[in-house]
Amino acid sequence: MAEKTYLQAISDGLRQEMRRDERVFVLGEDVGVYGGAFKVTLGFQEEFGPWRVIDAPLSETAIVGGCTGAAMMGLRPVAEMQFADFISCAWDHLVTVAAKQRFRAGTPVPIVVRLPSGGGFSGGPFHSQNPESSFAHIPGLKCVCPATPADAKGLLVSAIEDPNPVLFFEHKHLYRRIKAEVPDERYTVPIGKARTHREGEDVTVVTWGAMVYTAEEAAKELDAEDVSVEIIDLRSVLPWDKAAVLESARKTSKVLVLHEDTRTGGFGAEIAATIAEEAFEDLDAPIKRIAAPDTPVPFSPTLEKAFIPQVADVTAGLRELAEY
Amino acid sequence: MAVREAEPVGSLREVREAGLDREDLLGIYRNLLITRGIEERGHILYRQGKIPGSFYTGRGNEAAAVGVATAMGSDDVGAPLQRDMGVHVTRGVEPWRIFAQYMGRVDGPTRGRDGNVHMADHRFGLLAMVSHLPAMLPVAVGCALAFRIRGDKRVALGWFGEGSAARGDAHEAMNFAGVRRLPVVFICDNNQWAYSTPTHLGYAVEHLADRAAAYGFDGVVVDGTDALAVYREAKRAIEQARAGGGPTLIECQTLRMEGHAVHDDAFYVPKEMFEEWAKRDPLERFRTWLRENAEFDDDEEDELTAGVKKLLNEAIRRAEESPLPDPSTLLEGVYATPEDLETPHHK
Repeated sequence: MAEKTYLQAISDGLRQEMRRDERVFVLGEDVGVYGGAFKVTLGFQEEFGPWRVIDAPLSETAIVGGCTGAAMMGLRPVAEMQFADFISCAWDHLVTVAAKQRFRAGTPVPIVVRLPSGGGFSGGPFHSQNPESSFAHIPGLKCVCPATPADAKGLLVSAIEDPNPVLFFEHKHLYRRIKAEVPDERYTVPIGKARTHREGEDVTVVTWGAMVYTAEEAAKELDAEDVSVEIIDLRSVLPWDKAAVLESARKTSKVLVLHEDTRTGGFGAEIAATIAEEAFEDLDAPIKRIAAPDTPVPFSPTLEKAFIPQVADVTAGLRELAEY
Repeated sequence: MAVREAEPVGSLREVREAGLDREDLLGIYRNLLITRGIEERGHILYRQGKIPGSFYTGRGNEAAAVGVATAMGSDDVGAPLQRDMGVHVTRGVEPWRIFAQYMGRVDGPTRGRDGNVHMADHRFGLLAMVSHLPAMLPVAVGCALAFRIRGDKRVALGWFGEGSAARGDAHEAMNFAGVRRLPVVFICDNNQWAYSTPTHLGYAVEHLADRAAAYGFDGVVVDGTDALAVYREAKRAIEQARAGGGPTLIECQTLRMEGHAVHDDAFYVPKEMFEEWAKRDPLERFRTWLRENAEFDDDEEDELTAGVKKLLNEAIRRAEESPLPDPSTLLEGVYATPEDLETPHHK
């Protein structure tokens, strides 16, 4: 066990799987010689060769469509989008081909698409988005959003093993900022099982990705005010751990749903609706959503700060719920 | 690297040189008859209200589809489209399962989950098309990439129409395949009409195969009503790909002899065009060739057509016995299980 960054954990998990299973290969832009835009595959081409760490042309459609074909022929492709934002160029291949192939034609499509996502460093409208809600609406896909280094590795291994198309949203703001103990050996973290990031009694925060840490800071502030906050890290939004969320909602009776993606139609709406349907009688306050406003992600730091939910936004929301 | 226009096929000797014996030739004719027969019978079933949704045929494209599929090796794979029934037939998909597919029954290749020609039996190396043409081209390129990575001597075939050639998928697929010299053959069914859109509103080069040069590989234009010429060109391209020589783009020129689908009377296609191409009917053309070059006589022909008729009658009967899917099974199969990966392809 060693302390590793979130980025190193992803890189280690991927390398371990490539060493273990020769069917696993990487296809993406600049993943070879350059080692990927964020250096997740740095040194991979030297170890695995140019036909397992394949530099693709600027062709997201050919990357995801190509991985789909290769998966149907028995390989285990891991595609890299340089930024999650560019997945829009491959929407058709995920949603039209890969997601529906098992249902209609009986042929599984075991692919992983790695998606460096999220904002916080002036990436602007096209290098900062969190598009997981769009894909969480598509039956046939899985959407994974790890928050910790250990989960990033274990969920990546699960994603590669999974016989379905899995979108792996790795938050860029966590890449080098978050460090924690990560087991050296191979292990899996099951997709669809939430993690209790922090136990509490008074209010539940349901969140995932980088917002887990925003919630954690807010929870610490609330400790001083004698409000005990529980944080449920969903780890994946498709499938999502409804049972864990409902259990926590019933325990604290007050729920705040927090995400970095925009509010309207965001995945938080699904969570809030489910709690309202299934745990209404257990609630002592209306469910509260905190999310980005309905705008594209802005560039300038002052605007971006106003866009991404901040610790102060979450503490205000928690106080409101605590006092209700 | 100018585009090459393929010569028509002449004598039986020439055909033998291309690797076909007399039995193969009769097999091609039989597959052509079955292909047209399935679509003609399907049309009747549609009018009888037995086929839900819409109904598409590939009338005029039978020789192009059968010719290419005949050239494929048994381990090769392909993603044929809605004008390529002949590929399914030639690869061995049983006609009764195709009728079951048309009628949304559980024994169709998609078990009623998808309709018309949106089907494939992966046991025969076929991949099920989607409506978003030419989305299967990047998928075929991905199959070829897998073959290249593993060093398999297999080839992938991707079909597209001249209409869908306008979409970006075609460019990305061909560009990537050209860059990596992957074992893939691109087959363009150029039937001259993308729904109601004529070719001059779809592309600005003389031949679609001209585009191959831009991707660094060969382009060939072939008369898609000539089953043997299509076979010869497909065989050459497939074996070149298998040997590591990279992709080829084959443009099969035909005319879509019916509307886009059964609801469309194709009023926008000039009558003279239909009359002209009717003279080049691919089945009649091949039948005449067999009679002139391969001693195909009345007795043999009668026996063959009677056999096909019996096959189709039996197929429809069996398909109609296949049940409609049980609504309680709706939720099944959205997600794959690890056991689903235990197929020949996924190993």
